[in-house]
Formats: sequence, C-alpha cells, structure tokens
Amino acid sequence: MSTAGHGALTRTKILKRQQAVSRAMEGVAWLAAFTAVAILVVVVWSVARRGASQLSFDFLTKPQIAYDPTQPQGLANAFVGTFVIVAIATAMALPFGILVAIYVNEFATRWIRNAIGLVLDLLQGVPAIVIGFFVFGLIVLPLHQQSALAASFALAVMMLPLVARTTIEVLKLVPSSLREASLGLGVPRWRTVVGVVLPQSVGGTLTGVTLAVARVAGETAPILFTSSLVANGTSWNPTHALMTVPLAIFELSDQPDLPSQQRAWAAAFVLLMFILFASLAARWLATRSKRKLGRAR
Amino acid sequence: MTEILSESSSIEPAVRVETKRQPLPPRERLETVFEIENLDALYGSKAALKGVSMEIYKNLVTAIIGPSGCGKSTFIRCMNRMNDLVPSFSQTGTIRYHGYDISTRDVDPVAVRRTIGMVFQRPNPFPKSIFDNVAWGLKVLGMKDGLNERVEKALTQAALWDEAKDRLKTNALGLSGGQQQRLCIARAIAVEPDVVLMDEPASALDPIATQKIEELMHNLKSEYTFVIVTHNMQQAARVADMTAFFSISRGEEGARWGELIEYDATEKIFTAPSDKRTEDYVTGRFG
Repeated sequence: MSTAGHGALTRTKILKRQQAVSRAMEGVAWLAAFTAVAILVVVVWSVARRGASQLSFDFLTKPQIAYDPTQPQGLANAFVGTFVIVAIATAMALPFGILVAIYVNEFATRWIRNAIGLVLDLLQGVPAIVIGFFVFGLIVLPLHQQSALAASFALAVMMLPLVARTTIEVLKLVPSSLREASLGLGVPRWRTVVGVVLPQSVGGTLTGVTLAVARVAGETAPILFTSSLVANGTSWNPTHALMTVPLAIFELSDQPDLPSQQRAWAAAFVLLMFILFASLAARWLATRSKRKLGRAR
Repeated sequence: MTEILSESSSIEPAVRVETKRQPLPPRERLETVFEIENLDALYGSKAALKGVSMEIYKNLVTAIIGPSGCGKSTFIRCMNRMNDLVPSFSQTGTIRYHGYDISTRDVDPVAVRRTIGMVFQRPNPFPKSIFDNVAWGLKVLGMKDGLNERVEKALTQAALWDEAKDRLKTNALGLSGGQQQRLCIARAIAVEPDVVLMDEPASALDPIATQKIEELMHNLKSEYTFVIVTHNMQQAARVADMTAFFSISRGEEGARWGELIEYDATEKIFTAPSDKRTEDYVTGRFG
C-alpha cells in the first residue's frame, strides 16, 4: 500500500491509530447488534424447548381443572379469557384512539397538538401496575367484584396511546392535496376526514392496533388487580373475572408439580408465538400502507 | 419566468394572440360575478397582496398572470376561502360575489366552495375509481338523482368520457397526468358550481394535455365562469377573455408583496398594455 516518496499518501502512525479505533468501534457496535438478536433467539429457544413439546390438542381446547390430575389439563379457559379481554379492550381503544388522532391531526392548533402528543407519551409511560391499581380503585372496589370488563378497560388505557400515535403518524402522511380536493368541492370538513382522509389511514391504524394487541396480550399487572379471582371452567362472560394466559403462566409456574410447570412453559410459548406473529403482521401492514400512501401522493 | 423569451430587446409582443375568442361585449353588458375591493392578504405579518381591486365577469375566462411570488395563487384562493385552511392567513378588504361579501367571518366557507369550485396545480384525484372520483362529491352533497347521467355528463364535458367510459371502475391513479387533471375538472364541474377557479391547472402537463384542457375551458365557458392562474403567457393569450397582470412590488427592508398592475381585455394586455411593467412582462423583458 504505502510507497516511499508519497508522504501524504502513506499510512502514518496517526492514520493507523484512527483506523484501529474505527475498527474497534465498528466491532463494538456489531457486538451490540448481535447481542440484541441473540437475546431474542435465546428467549425464544429456551421457551420453545420447554414449551413446544407440551403443546397438544387437549392443551389448546380443554380447560384447566384445578386439583384433578385425572382429567386432561388444558388452558382453553385462559386462551378464551385473554381473547375476550383483549377483544373488548380493542373495541374500546380503537374508536377512541382514532378520534384522538383525528382531532390532533385535523382540527387542533399546534399548541394543543403538541400538548396532546406529550400526554400520549406520558400515558404510554405509566407503569402497567399503576394502571391496574387505578382501575382497581375505579371499578373493582366500588362494585366489590373483579371482571373481565375491568381488565379490558385497564388494557384499553394501555392501548390508547399506541393506537392514537400510529394513527396520527399515518394521518400526517395523507397528502394535503387530497383534503383540498374534497374541501374545494364544498364538502364539509368532517365528511372530508371520514370520506377521504380516514380511508387512507386504515393500514396505519391496523398496524397500531396489532402492535397494541401484541403488547397488552402479555400484560399481567393490570390483570392481577382486575381479573385474577377466577372460577373453574371456560367462560365467555365478561362480567366475571376470566382466566388469562399471563395469569396462568404466573400461577402455574409457582406450582410444585412438574406437569403444571410444563404447562406454564407451553402457555408462555403460545403467548410468545402470538406476539411474534402479531408484530410481524404489524410490520407487514405498516409497509403496505406506506406504499399505498406513496402512490396517492 | 426567464424561460419565456428572455433576451429579446424588440418591442414585439412575445405572445401572438391567436384564439377562437369572440370579441368582448361592451363592459356595461357584462354581468359581474366578483367585485373585489382593496384586498390585502397576509401570512402572519407578511403581506402577500396589497390593494387588489378588480371585477370578474360572468361566462368569461379571466386569466391571472405574473411572475412567481406575485400572489396569483393567494389571490384566487381568497375567492373560495381556501386560505382559511392556512392558520397564519388573514385578509382585509371585500370580495363581493354577486353583491354578497363572502370574506366575512359569518359566511360559511363550505357554502362558498360549494358554488365556487377549484382545480389545483397538481392533479389530485382521490385514490378511488374514476366513477367514484366524480360521484363522491355528488353523493356527499346530496345530488344522487341520476347519478350515472351526472357522472357521464361531467366526464363528457371534461373531454374524458371516450377515454374513461370502459374503465370507470378502475383506479383513477392509473390514468395519465393529463387524464387525471381532466378527471379533477370533471369532479369539480359535476357538482354544478357557478365559478371554477383553476390554479395553474396545466403546469404539470405536456402540451397536448394542456391543449385539451384549454379547449374544454373554451367549450364550457358558456356554462361556467373560469378564473385561471397561469405563469404561461401563451396560455393566457389563447384562453382568456380578460387578463390581469400581477407583479411584485418592493418596499423598505426587503419587503415584497404582490400587486395588481393592469387588468383589461386580453387583446389589449398583450398588444397595447398601458403600463410599462406589463409591457416589459409580456414582451419577455422582465425576469
């Protein structure tokens, strides 16, 4: 490389040192990235190794019956409970989040927009156990009863900022020329938002909802306060406390017998797979909606 | 603006006026649609337009020409309250539409835009089918009777029917730029406005598409009143009956604002302008 006589082009000591530092930094950064991937792989692997083998048709379809080892034990009650609670939470958070996003992006002044953005960030940062405790005081205590509905409400509070945030982001991408086109026809603002702007944001909103579902499906803290004193058997009734997957993992992992612990691993595996696939779906939806919006521009 | 005959030193007009225009009737026989008086437009505290006064007449094509930054677009967006969407915007003066001041706060901008439609610089069809692009406004505004006929009529008027009739259900974004702009015109006239404002409707189009749009304006002006902003003088000379020339005035401390310099029959503006600045501009001596 270095040839004599071309002083400025040869590798001086300083250059060599700079190169070494540069390489070292690159290596450290690579290591960090690799570790992040490795952590996920290790978590998935260790859960899969212990849980995957326990999966069976009975596990997915039969309810858990405590203190009766003669019956085939499953966790259908927990799957149904999580489904009911998350579905109701979504039904609450989705319209609310969309309305918040519409207000922030289409109607609010800049000052209010920033203020609400900050509030959403703060809300997203509130610890789950605090939200659970808040809902416990708000709903469970006055009614003297836990219920899946109370749990749904707690999870909806956690989903709201995610849904609103992603919808705001995608509404920002809707070109203002489309709004002008509609307003220029003499279409009222509200009809413009519902008929022209909102259809463009469906993909983004779905992304937010999917991410939010993936996030709250595994939440345990709010469930402990609101839907943990559960009866045996599978129930779809949201006015009662329902078993959930995270709670099942929490309780089963605490049992002294091996089959219970194995079932905890299997439940963890199911939950993990669900969250992984939901996140991938969210990713796919986001890419798709961005591409669609790019076309409309 | 330098693209238009920059270095010419002759006094010959840069633009030959060759149109199918009929001679203008005398002014007193023209019906006034807009009466604009002493209009000032501001963005924040910065003036974009000062002291514009002019009348716009029914069933004519009125062109607004002038260099970039002279407030042409701001001006026509005042005429259907489109500037209301800009938070920092404010205006003073009056804009009377058939004698009724539409610039006051208690006038509903939605109602104004309903009768004073707009076509924008860049074609902005909705990401819906061709049919739905035209039909959507009709549906929302309650003009659902004979929807198919209305859509066909609008597309025919916009000279798009023959190209679009076999693909009405396909997405409008698949059309070419010129077709998209004609679709936007069809969408605007489908709801039967009184006035159609066009903000540089052909600036993003090729000459053939431009010609189609100019032709359709010519054919439709018996039904509508057109106001067209254009930076293309040839276009103004071809399509407009009346032409208003706006220019930039400069004040102290680098202040710049747009002003109406001259407003007259197109023929006069391009062959015998009374203001030196207009002459400089139409002969291409103005950058």
